[in-house]
Amino acid sequence: MKKSSFKVKSGLAQMLKGGVIMDVTSPEQAKIAEDAGAVSVMALERIPADIRASGGVARMTDPEIILKIMDAVSIPVMAKVRIGHFGEAQILEAIGVDYIDESEVLTPADKKYHIDKWKFKVPFVCGATNLGEALRRIGEGAAMIRTKGEAGTGDVVEAVRHMRSIRDEISRIAVMPVEELMTIAKEMGAPYDIVEYVHRNRALPVINFSAGGISTPADAAMIMQLGAEGVFVGSGIFKSSYPEKMASAIVEATTHFNEPEVLAKVSRGIGEPMSGIAVSQLTEEQKIAGRGW
Amino acid sequence: MKNVIVGVLALQGDFREHINILKKINVEGVEARLPSEVDDMDGLIIPGGESTAINKLMEKYGFDKKIKQLALSGKPLFGTCAGLIILSKSIEDGKRGLGLIDIDLKRNAYGRQIESFEDEINLNLNHDMENKKFNSVFIRAPKIIRAGKEVRILARHNDGVVLAREKNILVSTFHPELTDDTRIHKYFITMILEYLKER
Repeated sequence: MKKSSFKVKSGLAQMLKGGVIMDVTSPEQAKIAEDAGAVSVMALERIPADIRASGGVARMTDPEIILKIMDAVSIPVMAKVRIGHFGEAQILEAIGVDYIDESEVLTPADKKYHIDKWKFKVPFVCGATNLGEALRRIGEGAAMIRTKGEAGTGDVVEAVRHMRSIRDEISRIAVMPVEELMTIAKEMGAPYDIVEYVHRNRALPVINFSAGGISTPADAAMIMQLGAEGVFVGSGIFKSSYPEKMASAIVEATTHFNEPEVLAKVSRGIGEPMSGIAVSQLTEEQKIAGRGW
Repeated sequence: MKNVIVGVLALQGDFREHINILKKINVEGVEARLPSEVDDMDGLIIPGGESTAINKLMEKYGFDKKIKQLALSGKPLFGTCAGLIILSKSIEDGKRGLGLIDIDLKRNAYGRQIESFEDEINLNLNHDMENKKFNSVFIRAPKIIRAGKEVRILARHNDGVVLAREKNILVSTFHPELTDDTRIHKYFITMILEYLKER
């Protein structure tokens, strides 16, 4: 019997496909998310919009809070660790979370190295802004990728840019003559064997979700049409005026992303989305997608 | 087998993996997101995914009634993992499935994701098929805690039933769609061919 093989780790991401993963900070919110049809919840002390507002060092959530959320729902529970913080990851593995997100939303713990994710039994999801970054994380053992977007803003513009960038680079590599693959691997700083996989399969070897700024059903449907295999919604649910309605509507929009009539129906009368901040108004310092490399 | 069309419930989960494996055996698999889309199909697969999410989306669009109709009309259905949960009779946490196969379940019965695993099982399909080992992938899988008399056991892992059939309903607690092995899908297609012949 093989536990924690890559097939088993990436297999859970397969089961989440076409679904919505929601940030929650309490068992009550987790229940709301599950009832709305979320496929998984991300257990957090504060949602990204609040982390952004409060400043200071953002760390792993208190395991007590995560455990309470794990008790409250039957869907898989994810939790975040700081980039490079394998100590936090060991703690999350010990309490048995189902997925660890090595996340730029928290304050990075290592400027140079990410976590060696092969060492862990729990699967990891990591953020990426382009294909090279995605392939480096997969090389380190990530079993799922999410485009970073710009978390806590409610502005989808960066999520779109990152998803388009990955998609375009995959298409470019797919049609390259084989002799160019080593050079592109060098330029992107990506492991050759995974570049070669992308060339042969015209796809990443793991599931790719979209994150960072998705806050309406229309956002979710658009990003799915751009090739996302599911979405993370962070602040977009519990910073909206009717979280239950918004959560259900985004779940339906993610399933029926290609059916405008359904999208029109679920977008009606769901209250105000989160107010948000336009990414164009952030200084470079305030952007978090640049954390990690 | 080009003339057989299999619907795959595409509300959420790994429906594309089922379609890919059907493609390998030259069967057309079609994504179904609305109940009206499955009327012309010869059988339906309910894929792996999160059963709570799939359930909710099913109820919202009346898919639960439609799937019952399909089952009663004799069309073969195949549920893997979450699909099995949806087709089963009752689930240990008090919830009920559609009750289309006489099986009771415990969800996430092996534990959390770190207890997920892959392992070889012995298939016991029928005389015409190779029944040697099958590498099966169990992801936060349910366990069958009771199977009715009419349920035929097609594979076990240790002592537990992991692949079973009752009349036109086939279920597995693991994910044949996550491997390259087409035998279980081929078996499902033979169920469809039998149904089409009898009709």
